[in-house]
Amino acid sequence: MLDVQKIRKDFPILQREVNGKPLIYFDNAATSQTPQQVIDAIVDYYSNYNANIHRGVHSLSQEATDAYEQARLKIQKHFNAKQSHEIIFTSGTTHSINLVANGFSSLLKKGDEIIVSALEHHSNIVPWQMLCERTGASLKVIPMNENGDLILSEYEALLNKNTKLVFVNHISNALGTINPIEYIIEKAHAIGAAVLVDGAQSCPHLKPDVQALDVDFYVCSAHKICGPTGVGMLYGKEEWLNKLPPYQGGGEMIAEVSFEKTTYAGLPHKFEAGTPNICGGIAFGAALDYMNAIGFENIAEYENELLEYGTAELQKIEGLKIYGTAKEKTSVISFNVGSIHPYDIGTILDKMGIAVRTGHHCAQPIMDFYKIPGTIRASFMFYNTKEEIDAFITALKKAIMMLS
Amino acid sequence: MTIEDVQNEIIDEFAMFEDWEERYQYMIDLGKDLPIIDEKYKTEDNIIKGCQSKVWVHAIMEDDKVNFTADSDAIITKGIIAILIRVFSNQHPKAILEANTDFIDKIGLKEHLSPTRANGLVSMIKQLKMYAIAYQTQLN
Repeated sequence: MLDVQKIRKDFPILQREVNGKPLIYFDNAATSQTPQQVIDAIVDYYSNYNANIHRGVHSLSQEATDAYEQARLKIQKHFNAKQSHEIIFTSGTTHSINLVANGFSSLLKKGDEIIVSALEHHSNIVPWQMLCERTGASLKVIPMNENGDLILSEYEALLNKNTKLVFVNHISNALGTINPIEYIIEKAHAIGAAVLVDGAQSCPHLKPDVQALDVDFYVCSAHKICGPTGVGMLYGKEEWLNKLPPYQGGGEMIAEVSFEKTTYAGLPHKFEAGTPNICGGIAFGAALDYMNAIGFENIAEYENELLEYGTAELQKIEGLKIYGTAKEKTSVISFNVGSIHPYDIGTILDKMGIAVRTGHHCAQPIMDFYKIPGTIRASFMFYNTKEEIDAFITALKKAIMMLS
Repeated sequence: MTIEDVQNEIIDEFAMFEDWEERYQYMIDLGKDLPIIDEKYKTEDNIIKGCQSKVWVHAIMEDDKVNFTADSDAIITKGIIAILIRVFSNQHPKAILEANTDFIDKIGLKEHLSPTRANGLVSMIKQLKMYAIAYQTQLN
């Protein structure tokens, strides 16, 4: 079991007030909060061993290099990648996706097809549209049903010999739906297509095993897993990463340079041009240490309790409609109340110290599907409590009263 | 009344409120009372960009004075735009262009002035002033 009161003490920000009220932070699907252990790792880096990595002979540089590469090993272990050079540090999920999309430019031709799901975040739609424009490939979409589940029979109908890539998020950011990625991967592999899974929303809640999933690419951001912003990772199977050309040119990614020809460095450096976010990478490792010490099984069990409790309490409110009622979902509740604009509710909740997300959640196609301008989204992490949900419900009722 | 007079009047009204709740309730009520814009003006062209909620503004000039009508799908946003319209309507374009908007700070709505704020109060003011520029050009 998880001791939430003890855990809350690790997060300095949870002690602060907003608009004169204790902060209730329910915008975790946008970014998670940072525990002292991760803040300490950042302070330690800048206080004690800040140096550029991989090229210095001096001690500081070697300490920094060791810590950075140690973080890569932690990430490898966490995701159970076969080899550490299959883990590429990036600036986050969006960067990771663009790196893969850019790499596929040289592998796709006119007539090829890319499949994405209807549940995607904009960052998982736009790079593929750009890729299609560049290569002449076409984009196909797996539709979803009213509950927010992907319609798998439609997915299977889309697969054919021209399908080269399938992109799907592990968990939808707008609705919280957990997609059946094992099945999606298996079917894609059966026709020889590669699969990239966006793990931005899943990594805070579960521990993906990339070898068991047999996924070709898996991406995530550190800032949603109690780490800092501006750093994330791309996992790619070695064979795929070797096929993709480098994304950016610069230092670190080369083996030999002359004005006639440059040869590229091997993995992972081929994709890590320039000085990376060294401190960020190290803190990413510290964040995984922190979450693993609590344990993902404990986290999932506790967050599921919060989800069930929050869902039940919200459903008692007259006129409230929850979007995304898939059987398998994480602690994200997207909803509207009657015809009240989500923005109005979000504004009033903020006055009462409660942080939720309002709007289209960078997933306009989903909002179009439901024919709504947006939703209010409350997303819970393992440091949230039932008492906070109670306070949120009380505040929500007050907002509804003011706005009706 | 000059723009400044109207602003002072609004500052006095808001001074009576004791807390955020009363302030917001008043804005919500203003939003509800905002005269309805003619549906034909709720076009894509009249939407102010940069707002999380949709805001439509339309302007006409009569006797060298600009009059605004507006609407939004969010009620607090409607309240804010109602205040702006009260300040800037029935004024000469030149006066609109020269007006400052310090009163927003004085009525405790400064938080809405941040350019990143989703309701785009800054965008709204900019749009009203754009209309004023257009009409000023006509007058010159």
